[in-house]
Amino acid sequence: MTYIKKPAVRHPGLEKNALGLTLRDYEGSMSTLCAGCGHDSITAAIIRACHALSIAPHTVAKLSGIGCSSKTPTYFLGGAHGFNSAHGRMPAIATGAGAANRRLLLLGVSGDGDSLSIGLGQMAHAIRRNLRMTYILENNGVYGLTKGQFSASTDLGSKSRRGDPNVVPPIDPVLLALSIGATFVARSFSGDKDQLVPILEAALCHDGLAFVDVISPCVTFNDHEGSTKSYAYVRKHGLPVVHADFVPPADPITLEQEPGTTQIVPLHGGARVRLTKVAQDYDPRDRVRAFAFVQEHLARGEIVTGLLFLDESRPSMHEVMGTVETPLVELPYESLCPGAAALDAITEQWR
Amino acid sequence: MLPTDVSRPDYWHRVVDCQWACPAHTNVPEYIRLIGQGRYADAYLLNRESNVFPGILGRTCDRPCEPACRRGRVEEQPVAICRLKRVAADLKGEIRDRLPRGPFRKNGKRIACVGAGPASLTVANDLLPLGYEVTLFEKLSAPGGLMRSNIPAFRLPESVLDEEIGYILDMGADLRLSTPITSMRRLLEDGGFDAVFVGSGAPRGKDLDAPGRHDSPNVHVGIEWLESVAFGHTTSVGERVLVIGVGNTAMDCCRTARRLGGRDVKVMARRDRPYFKASPWELEDAEEEGVEIVVNHAPREFVVRDGRLQGMLFDRLEWSVDAQGRQRSRTIDTVFFPADDVILAIGQETAFPWIERDIGIAFDASGQPVVDRVTHQSSREGVFFGGDAAWGPLNIIWAVAHGHAAAISIDLHCRGEPLDRRPPQGMRLVSTKMGLHEWSYANDYDASRRQKMVHVDLERRFGDLRLEVEVGFDAAQTAREVARCLNCDVHTVFRASACIECDACIDICPVQCLTIVRDPGDDLQALEARLSAPRAHPDQPLYVSGPLPQTARLMVKDEDVCIHCGLCTERCPTSAWDMQKFDLLQPYAGRPACPT
Ligand SMILES: Cc1cc2nc3c(=O)[nH]c(=O)nc-3n(C[C@H](O)[C@H](O)[C@H](O)COP(=O)(O)OP(=O)(O)OC[C@H]3O[C@@H](n4cnc5c(N)ncnc54)[C@H](O)[C@@H]3O)c2cc1C
Ligand SMILES: Cc1ncc(C[n+]2csc(CCOP(=O)(O)OP(=O)(O)O)c2C)c(N)n1
Ligand code: SF4
Ligand code: SF4
Ligand code: SF4
Ligand SMILES: [Mg+2]
Repeated sequence: MTYIKKPAVRHPGLEKNALGLTLRDYEGSMSTLCAGCGHDSITAAIIRACHALSIAPHTVAKLSGIGCSSKTPTYFLGGAHGFNSAHGRMPAIATGAGAANRRLLLLGVSGDGDSLSIGLGQMAHAIRRNLRMTYILENNGVYGLTKGQFSASTDLGSKSRRGDPNVVPPIDPVLLALSIGATFVARSFSGDKDQLVPILEAALCHDGLAFVDVISPCVTFNDHEGSTKSYAYVRKHGLPVVHADFVPPADPITLEQEPGTTQIVPLHGGARVRLTKVAQDYDPRDRVRAFAFVQEHLARGEIVTGLLFLDESRPSMHEVMGTVETPLVELPYESLCPGAAALDAITEQWR
Repeated sequence: MLPTDVSRPDYWHRVVDCQWACPAHTNVPEYIRLIGQGRYADAYLLNRESNVFPGILGRTCDRPCEPACRRGRVEEQPVAICRLKRVAADLKGEIRDRLPRGPFRKNGKRIACVGAGPASLTVANDLLPLGYEVTLFEKLSAPGGLMRSNIPAFRLPESVLDEEIGYILDMGADLRLSTPITSMRRLLEDGGFDAVFVGSGAPRGKDLDAPGRHDSPNVHVGIEWLESVAFGHTTSVGERVLVIGVGNTAMDCCRTARRLGGRDVKVMARRDRPYFKASPWELEDAEEEGVEIVVNHAPREFVVRDGRLQGMLFDRLEWSVDAQGRQRSRTIDTVFFPADDVILAIGQETAFPWIERDIGIAFDASGQPVVDRVTHQSSREGVFFGGDAAWGPLNIIWAVAHGHAAAISIDLHCRGEPLDRRPPQGMRLVSTKMGLHEWSYANDYDASRRQKMVHVDLERRFGDLRLEVEVGFDAAQTAREVARCLNCDVHTVFRASACIECDACIDICPVQCLTIVRDPGDDLQALEARLSAPRAHPDQPLYVSGPLPQTARLMVKDEDVCIHCGLCTERCPTSAWDMQKFDLLQPYAGRPACPT
């Protein structure tokens, strides 16, 4: 908590985007999280990505559940729509919001508790449906808001602040997402914005569910010696395998494309992402090999990071379900509520 | 890249833009805070320590601090530092009992000062409490130098001048008025002084060598004319007045002329506005008083008929830039301006007809004495120069700074110590943290704009030559202006060993000062390219840390527009940042600063 508010004064040389907005215009209220929380750094990365993409804040719906992580939408894009759902229910709300208004840019923020414990089923189904949204899992290995209990992402043997080791095996959100058909899977670290920001930019342009697991240390309850989600541990054991450069629609591709190491993947709306392999034997376009790679390295205690898997070919929920293009609010009343006769006709179909 | 050396005062001092720009290095932010707390006497005394004349300078200072003020880079207008200084002087109450009070135990050394302007008075101020006997020889009938004889009373009331000069004279200075020194040789040989300080100023007004110059008594040299007004010898001027030149002297001349009966007063400038020497606020004040400023007119000749001045001819100029990038003028035509009086305000220079050239005091080809930039000593041991006399006309605050430095030299000289072994500056850095979110300074940014000085109305001004024009800030204005100060002396001090690279400080900084970068080696450009916001002022320092523990990257702070809000420190989970108040400890004669 900080008593003075971040003052409105800004750097005179701050860059303006296509909408004439500066970074500062993408902020929200002052954070009430602990000083040094990884979640705040992710907030800053979201602000940067939205600014770089010249997203108009009012076209965004911020959705979250319960937890320190789920509080963060208040701290960015003050001009966006927002919904704090019940614990673990963010994906259901997001699905409804998306179905009702295809033009909304859905930005979901959740925690490891919110998504992997109480909300696991919700998350899995949103992934499975390939709902068009960005799904950020702010993963600190604890229930931060409720004072640091182990969560479903706590590694075996990782120690609590009191020194007790975790004895229940974790769910790895990346492996889970890959296994149930996710079309965009990334893992990053709150302490590495150079990696995180372009991943978020790409995620926001993905035509489907972009799942981003971000290791985000809880400075208060999980940043000690013996924790596998501390700043120091993640820096030591992180293994970037593929680097993502986001290329905006208007920009030409400048760097040479080296066959074998670089791939350019077009995204929704004309943007592209350039994937550069850091690990030679890694292929972000091959789900089976990606799964194996992540699993092998996980077994060795390595945290594989980068834009790990991308498949732009699978249709999103909107195509599969044939949701209506026009937002429901813009449809005339007669279309939304065609009357008793129409209802009778539908009922008749299923007799 | 090597970490920035922050072990010496210079690094921190430089970040305090105002203090760094002030020739006397007055601790501006600290006295502004004291004013904010209503501690006017404390603010005054802190000021006086370095600038000796807060009341005078609070009205007349050239204010090198204000263009330097960080606030001017953050929004548009700097803090009204000078006006705040005046508030402290006006409201301080009685402070005599807090000044050094004689009689001081004499040390048997005798110092002569030539002239009783601000430079000499500062020397006296510093040396009297140490037991020196200081004799001030002054040509005029009152002390103060140009502050009395040239700066008009409507800018600087006599009472303020008397009060602040009085504080020094009352320490026991031996002031000899109406006593011009006419021979340096005699002063040195017969005076029995251990050292001589020459603070005689730059008393000669430049003349204009144009046809007709000496054909009428109505052509005046500006500084002489102002002096004769100040001492009551001149009490009127013709209705149509031309002032030649557009420096600060010209501004005082034209505004004085408006008060002595001048109705149509024009300031004639050779060039266009961007090249004017006068301070912008003085130009503004003159124009407010109905003075017309005529640009691109070069004086050609005086028109005098039957011994009566008719006016002047001017060449109308057009300026352009030639292939070499030099400014060139072309005369378009010649025009006549009628005038009853013409005042020449085209500059002043030093004059030393009273210093013999064979007594070991060397002069250079242009007739300037050869003076050491640091010690102020001339080529003759024991003879020192300061103020306008040393290197030509400057201003009051420079004269004061010279006075302090010369006093240190004179003290060393009299104690038989080498002049180049000068006491160093020291510093103190103390945390301002008082509690979880409490600081010993007001860290919130106040968006108030610079307060406007109220002036007495024109009618009253023109009716009373000595009526001070500026009213001074009232309580509400003072409170608002004080809050605009960014407390640049409360520094962000970084401890690399504690940083866990969480980015909290970087993300919270409202003005994008901070960046964590991979060590760019010696490549400063690469580093600059990585900064969170473009580096707008490369003359502003970068504060580069040593390698951070987890990744060996570097924390870099661009000091340029830091508003010293302390948010980086508040958001740092490990107290790697701290907000520490910096005190520059300056040495004065006989009073070395604490060792670093
Ligand atoms: C019109 C005008 C307006 C100015 N306005 C400002 C302003 O607003 N702010 C500002 O900061 N500066 C201003 N200045 C400049 C400022 O006044 C001088 O820079 C400053 O006074 C210099 O101080 P000093 O002690 O070196 O010399 P001076 O103030 O010039 O004092 C020198 C003294 O020595 C005396 N003297 C000279 N020769 C002898 C001798 N042989 N024997 C005995 N006595 C002698 C002179 O009579 C004089 O009293 C102004 C100058 C002028 C001309
Ligand atoms: C239905 C329900 N069950 C339990 C809780 C208590 N609770 C609040 S936050 C939280 C865990 C949050 O953990 P996570 O999503 O990882 O967020 P973090 O605070 O770690 O960012 C729990 C269990 C609740 N608010 N609602
Ligand atoms: S408790 Fe942990 S997760 Fe919650 S705000 Fe504090 S540091 Fe962040
Ligand atoms: S004090 Fe810290 S947060 Fe505030 S402007 Fe300066 S560097 Fe930024
Ligand atoms: S907030 Fe503190 S610990 Fe975090 S990066 Fe800044 S200095 Fe380092
Ligand atoms: Mg958590």
